[in-house]
Amino acid sequence: MITAVLRRVGAGVLVLWAAASAAYLALLAAPGSTVDAIIGDGADTPGIRAQIIDEWHLDRPALVQYLDFLWRAAHGDLGRSYLLQRPVSAVIGSQLVPTLKLAVAAAVFGLVLALVFAIFARRLTSVIGLVLVSTPPFLIGIVLLSVFSFTLGWFPVSGDRSFAALVLPAITMGLPIAGTLAQVLREGLDRALEEPFAVTARARGLRERAVLTRHALKHALLPAVTMLSWSFGVLIGGTVIIEQVFGRPGLGQVTVQAVNSSDLPVVLAVVILAAAVFVVINTVTDLAYLLIDPRLRRS
Amino acid sequence: MTIALTGPRAVRLRSLRPARPGVVVAVLFLLVALLAAAWPSLFAGDPLRADPLHVLGAPSGSHWFGTDQLGRDVFARVVHGARHSLSIGVSATLIAVGTGILLGLLAGLGHRVADEALSRSFDALSAFPLVLLALLFIAIAGTGTTSLIVAIGIALVPHFARVVRAQTFVVRRAAYVTHAVAFGATRPRLVLRHVLPNVLGPIPVLAVIGLGEAILLAAGLSFLGMGPQPPSPEWGAMISEGRGYLHIAWWASVLPGLVVTATIISLTVVGRFFQRRFEGRELA
Repeated sequence: MITAVLRRVGAGVLVLWAAASAAYLALLAAPGSTVDAIIGDGADTPGIRAQIIDEWHLDRPALVQYLDFLWRAAHGDLGRSYLLQRPVSAVIGSQLVPTLKLAVAAAVFGLVLALVFAIFARRLTSVIGLVLVSTPPFLIGIVLLSVFSFTLGWFPVSGDRSFAALVLPAITMGLPIAGTLAQVLREGLDRALEEPFAVTARARGLRERAVLTRHALKHALLPAVTMLSWSFGVLIGGTVIIEQVFGRPGLGQVTVQAVNSSDLPVVLAVVILAAAVFVVINTVTDLAYLLIDPRLRRS
Repeated sequence: MTIALTGPRAVRLRSLRPARPGVVVAVLFLLVALLAAAWPSLFAGDPLRADPLHVLGAPSGSHWFGTDQLGRDVFARVVHGARHSLSIGVSATLIAVGTGILLGLLAGLGHRVADEALSRSFDALSAFPLVLLALLFIAIAGTGTTSLIVAIGIALVPHFARVVRAQTFVVRRAAYVTHAVAFGATRPRLVLRHVLPNVLGPIPVLAVIGLGEAILLAAGLSFLGMGPQPPSPEWGAMISEGRGYLHIAWWASVLPGLVVTATIISLTVVGRFFQRRFEGRELA
């Protein structure tokens, strides 16, 4: 059991290290020097250049800088923004809550909707799923915005001041998730309904709906939960676009601004943070499986 | 009594069976989209001609999709945008497929250490959300169409590399490969003649589905302003531009959005259809 746990945690750490290194490597490969990026449109004299090199420790060998980056990242220090001259963690930290709030709300809505589709509209799930997965999320957002905010005036057009402002963005991001999850759930249900225990339950005189919800659903839920933990990473990526549509504060706004102003440390930090969230959630899911399914503990 | 049909004749008979209507519609839509990309003036006029007297006009007989904030015909822009959007998607998919095949073969045929290193890098790449991975590349390389294409291509590489690697493991143990080795085939010949063609089987189908993903990602990124710059008509950029006038003219962003959706749905439907054919599931 302990080896199985350690192996999964170790694999997670390894993937995270590789992800951080890959992102850092990409940064090194950036055209133009770091000094140019920090100066941006500001004053450019040899004196200022020397000062920047000294201040940012750019005169050290690349390997030392890389190890320093890893060491700091492991301690939660993701460097300083070129543009804002503030620690990246301070820039990101304040924006983390609205984004996580949106992602969690979307995941919950997606799961609930997927359950509704899979139980009450089983024949339609593949078509509904296909449409939901293929529609660009920002289009869903724009349509919802135009119907419910501009035409009916039920929800605010932008911002993050009330619960009402969370509803439309969460629905927008939850719908594609629901599409994928409903398909996974349906496949699971179809498989479970052919198992002997389903036949037994029917033989006991249970109605089909009861067989579905009380017996088959438990078996179908497991792959769906894996899928959900996997799509949480997709959700974090999706917020980048959806926050623009609904004018919400959050990581997405910070990221788009940072990309537009070539503020690489901020982009790097967001990317690594998203990878970390993905790896942590998937490792936790893997560990939860160990608890649920004893067969996995042996390997 | 039904007669079980087997053999080549049966296969031919089955393939003559009409495909489901959804697949036919999807294929027709894709053909029209391709035609629009190749020869846009066949369908619509000038996408850049502004008409200040008909700004934000509703869809009508003369402007099927209405007009945008500069009085340009939205339908003409969607038609001309097909070339931009489809070529971005196709180029990105080609980059992803090409790199994926190369890295997948290296992982599948190379030393165990190389395989481990490559597989872990695919895992690491997959840990990033696609949008963020592409944004990181764009932040480093700058905005623009080329950078957008490469960014999407890189983001989709692991998808293809994994499949090719898995296929390679199956193929390298096949009898025809061991026989070729016994006959003294050189390594390049072995790889190019015997392994590569047999590894490629599932790739075309995956590429069609991947193209849908690439178009979706491209629309999202150019919606953020990372793609072709105005006034060039590109679907994601059009949706983004029209967004500011949503409360008075929904058509300027929603109708281009529906075309993007229809394209992606069609690609997925066609891709899945051939996938089932390929796996023999459609026969049942």
